[in-house]
Amino acid sequence: MTNIPETGRTPRVQIRLVVIQILVLSLLGTLGGRLWYLQIREGDAYAREASGNHVQQVVEPAVRGSILDARGVPIADNETRLVVSASRTELLKMADDGEAVLTKLAGVLGMKPKEVMDKVRLCDAQTPQPCWNGSPYQPIPVTDEATPRQALQIRERAEDFPGITAEPQAVRRYTSPGGANTAQVLGYLSPVTDEEITKAQDTDSPYLRSDQVGRSGLEREYDKQLRGKAGVTRYEVDNLGRVIGEAEADPAQPGDNLVTSIDARVQRVAEYELNEAMKAARKQYDDNTGENYKADSGSVVVMEAKTGRVVAMASNPTYDPNAWVGGISAGDYAQLTGKDSNYPLLNRAIQGQSAPGSIFKVVSTAAAVEAGYPFNGNYDCSSSYSVGGQVFQNFESQSYGPIDLGRALEVSCDTVFYRLAHSEWQKDGGINPEKGEPNDYFYQAAHDFGLGAETGIDLPNEVTGRVPDREWKQSYWEANKDAWCKTGKKDGSYVEKIAYENCLEGNKMRAGDEINYSIGQGDTLVTPIQMATVYGAIANGGTLYDPTVGKAIVSADGKNVSEIEPTSHGKLPVSKKTLAEMDEALAGVATRGTAAWRFAQDGWPQEEIPMHAKTGTAEVYGKQTTSWFATYTEDYTVVMNISQGGTGSGASGPAVRNIYDALYGVSDDGEINPENALLPTPQKSLPKIKTDGSITAPKVKGDPAKEQRASQQGEAESEPTQQPAAVQTPAAVQTPATGNRDTRRARRGSSRRRRRT
Amino acid sequence: MTGNSFSVSGYGPQRAGWTRLFARDSLARRLDWPILLSAIALSLIGSALVYSATRNRTELNEGDPYYFLIRHLLNTGIGFGLMIGTVWLGHRTLRTAVPILYGLSVFLVLLVLTPLGATINGAHAWIIIGGGFSLQPSEFVKVTIILGMAMLLAARVDAGDKQYPDHRTVLQALGLATVPILVVLLMPDLGSVMVMVIIVLGVLLASGASNRWIFGLIGVGVAGAIAVWQLGVLDEYQINRFAAFANPELDPAGVGYNTNQARIAIGSGGLTGSGLFHGSQTTGQFVPEQQTDFVFTVAGEELGFVGGGLIILLLGVVLWRACRIARETTELYGTVVAAGIIAWFAFQSFENIGMTLGIMPVAGLPLPFVSYGGSSMFAVWVAVGLLQSIRVQRPMSA
Repeated sequence: MTNIPETGRTPRVQIRLVVIQILVLSLLGTLGGRLWYLQIREGDAYAREASGNHVQQVVEPAVRGSILDARGVPIADNETRLVVSASRTELLKMADDGEAVLTKLAGVLGMKPKEVMDKVRLCDAQTPQPCWNGSPYQPIPVTDEATPRQALQIRERAEDFPGITAEPQAVRRYTSPGGANTAQVLGYLSPVTDEEITKAQDTDSPYLRSDQVGRSGLEREYDKQLRGKAGVTRYEVDNLGRVIGEAEADPAQPGDNLVTSIDARVQRVAEYELNEAMKAARKQYDDNTGENYKADSGSVVVMEAKTGRVVAMASNPTYDPNAWVGGISAGDYAQLTGKDSNYPLLNRAIQGQSAPGSIFKVVSTAAAVEAGYPFNGNYDCSSSYSVGGQVFQNFESQSYGPIDLGRALEVSCDTVFYRLAHSEWQKDGGINPEKGEPNDYFYQAAHDFGLGAETGIDLPNEVTGRVPDREWKQSYWEANKDAWCKTGKKDGSYVEKIAYENCLEGNKMRAGDEINYSIGQGDTLVTPIQMATVYGAIANGGTLYDPTVGKAIVSADGKNVSEIEPTSHGKLPVSKKTLAEMDEALAGVATRGTAAWRFAQDGWPQEEIPMHAKTGTAEVYGKQTTSWFATYTEDYTVVMNISQGGTGSGASGPAVRNIYDALYGVSDDGEINPENALLPTPQKSLPKIKTDGSITAPKVKGDPAKEQRASQQGEAESEPTQQPAAVQTPAAVQTPATGNRDTRRARRGSSRRRRRT
Repeated sequence: MTGNSFSVSGYGPQRAGWTRLFARDSLARRLDWPILLSAIALSLIGSALVYSATRNRTELNEGDPYYFLIRHLLNTGIGFGLMIGTVWLGHRTLRTAVPILYGLSVFLVLLVLTPLGATINGAHAWIIIGGGFSLQPSEFVKVTIILGMAMLLAARVDAGDKQYPDHRTVLQALGLATVPILVVLLMPDLGSVMVMVIIVLGVLLASGASNRWIFGLIGVGVAGAIAVWQLGVLDEYQINRFAAFANPELDPAGVGYNTNQARIAIGSGGLTGSGLFHGSQTTGQFVPEQQTDFVFTVAGEELGFVGGGLIILLLGVVLWRACRIARETTELYGTVVAAGIIAWFAFQSFENIGMTLGIMPVAGLPLPFVSYGGSSMFAVWVAVGLLQSIRVQRPMSA
């Protein structure tokens, strides 16, 4: 220990000092290493976390595009309401959290201070409505019904109302031009769900919690285009959520406008006539059920025959689409979706399906020709046709002797088609077809005509209808045989007997099935839009167009116009020659057949405007007959049906005739007055789009339906009591309603009277 | 050999003030400039960081964005003055005044326990002077413990009587340290207690005290820590800090909020940071106590790895030079004082930066020179003065 260094310290101290120095260095090294790890290696992750911390989005809703009719008349647009909103971020900066300002605001708006404060508070588990469940950075609407006076008061004294804004905002409005509400076609909007918000969160067009989304009809089908793109402003906020800067801002892009092929005036006429026809039907006595027709629902489609564009589509019962605006009340909602109102939200033109009855005979005719039966051959139209002890009667047991297929269509002879269907059924092997594919011409034709499948109309939730072919019978039997075999009794009631038979051989194609099917009865189901597509195809030379309501999408600035071109989903399996023959036969229906008393014999200018028609009266077990009326001219197809409404030409005839009168300006005496015509030829061009993007639209004044009827008044009257040349044929089997003819005559008379008054 | 013979060296003929200051062997020439410049740089960086952290905190700065900046610069100036005063007096002169200084600091610490004391952030460690100023006596106790222990431990060694301090002296020195440490523990200012225990350890190490004392002290420290934990002396917030440290994912909105936000702030800085006054975490005031205990997060976010690394580097320069001073001075007294200061600065810096980086539990300790806070600033500058004094008075030949 003698080796004491000059510094006067022992080696022990020196060594320990070195140890301290090493310790100090390693501590600092640790810090440096950790700093490198956090900032360099993991820096990106923390940077992302930091930006999530302090960036808040404020979404400015895009103005929803308008829906216009073919001439540019808005049928759904936005109205400006004065919305007073409060900014929470501004209010919270005040000493009393904005209480004084809100109290003052309540005074201006004539509300209670508590009411205003409740609206501005944020929702959470403990807070009952009213409260704000949107983003706290979003201005919170206090009222959307401020008067201009109130708005002015707030704006002029802005310094007294910090954080309060009074601004005009767009709110959806269904304009019902001329009374055409077009409810089911337009659809409606309802608030966005949590799920949808989460889904759209990271897309370029996130939803606001206050957003509305198209739920049905055009609003849903074209939601993406109509919606536009919400504007997003990103604010940097501090730990208390106070805004400290604006990071970036994407302005809102207003939604595109949708030009439809709907003509608001024709739409109004269609809605009005449908409703009038149903009202009239309810006054008619139904001999079969011993009570008046219920006419519980109905629809009518007016379509351009050469393009598939829908000019009018009405469904009844209906509702006011404005009930949805600003949030539907619980009462309204229960009413719209309840059984008592018979589901007015349903668009029965595309969602209502029923047996087609005799309007189906065009399919059977095509099938027969395809199967090798000449169109001009002679087929016995006897008063009845019996198969295996079961008697299938012609309507009212009429007998026309040997006639060709064209005449069979004109007079709607059932027995001709019974015979053809039965012989085809036998050729296919009867109840137990031999191995190999049966031809099934009649069923194949239905598929080829586009039945049993969606037409592809640009409206959501279209139903397919049903072609009761072997495949369907098999699957239906498999699904139901247990129930049938349980309830079926060999010697029980009618229902029990049917169940018994179904249990035994419900999966097999029986003679009766095919016979009933050939005249559009039995299990066959179609929608009005399908039949409009079929008759449109017959009119246009054989092309099955996808029906369309949307005609063009026009950007808000008017610079981008994309037309929605007609597309087809097939050709009719009918030769040009047969098509021409069928066309002639259907004209015969209007001139000397079952619909003649509605057209040629009722002053229709057949020479100028050749009318083609087919009537149908479909039997539905346990219900009154469905009235079907399918018609077309060169340019238009009109198909109407009324559930539990009576016969085809009887219940639907006057309404369809009135719609044509309105389209072409035909008065009761058959004169064509071009100035009264709403749309003598389809609207080809799009409405004029101005350079600022706005679209010129003619004004629709008054009520086109009432004006149309008025325009026919005082005109020369056609012979009102002319006898119908042929009998309307309800298709089916058991109950030939002998009283129908009288009823029909009486109804016709009444409809005349109605027109006159 | 004693250092007394070198007490006043290099006093040549009187010259003009300026030239005299920088003349050969002059005081200014013999100062440790790296330490001084690093300390000044750290204080100035600190002012920028404190300003960035507080210019928007209207609830703290009474509406004046420069409130904290001005006070930080003022504190630095006062601290600088205290350093000059300390150098001028010399650590050896102070050696004689140690009993008075020690007594004064213990008195002030005791005063905190009276109604004059105030609680800030859970620690009852402040005396409110008035006029917006407050005093944290535990900061001064750190200095007086170092001086007091060094005086006792080095006395007989420097006198040449012993090679190492004997057990009795060590016991006396420990007793001297224990009194204020217990008082600070009662506050409870756990962070300061930890620093003081480390200081005691550093002082004993450098004094050459027997290994038994060193390991004994470490053992007592560990046992004490376990006892404190087990006996439930700790407040809930202190337990939570440890829990949040042990599990960083824990309750990021509550207990773990502070550390979580601090890590996000530093991590988001990347290599060069978002630029001074442009840190969103800082501007958004996501990190509480950012001008004091969490001041390093401002550097991390706004100056990035470059700025944060610079601060660590400057602290490293101070500590490195301090180690050299400790090794090169002739008396054990100077060595022990320097070692105490090294232990203090090193541990406090490591704990402060470490807690913002998530490698140490949160404790309320300021970052030397950088954090806002008068008492801390004065204490560290006095310590710099002591280091300079030790350096200045070493023999020329060394």
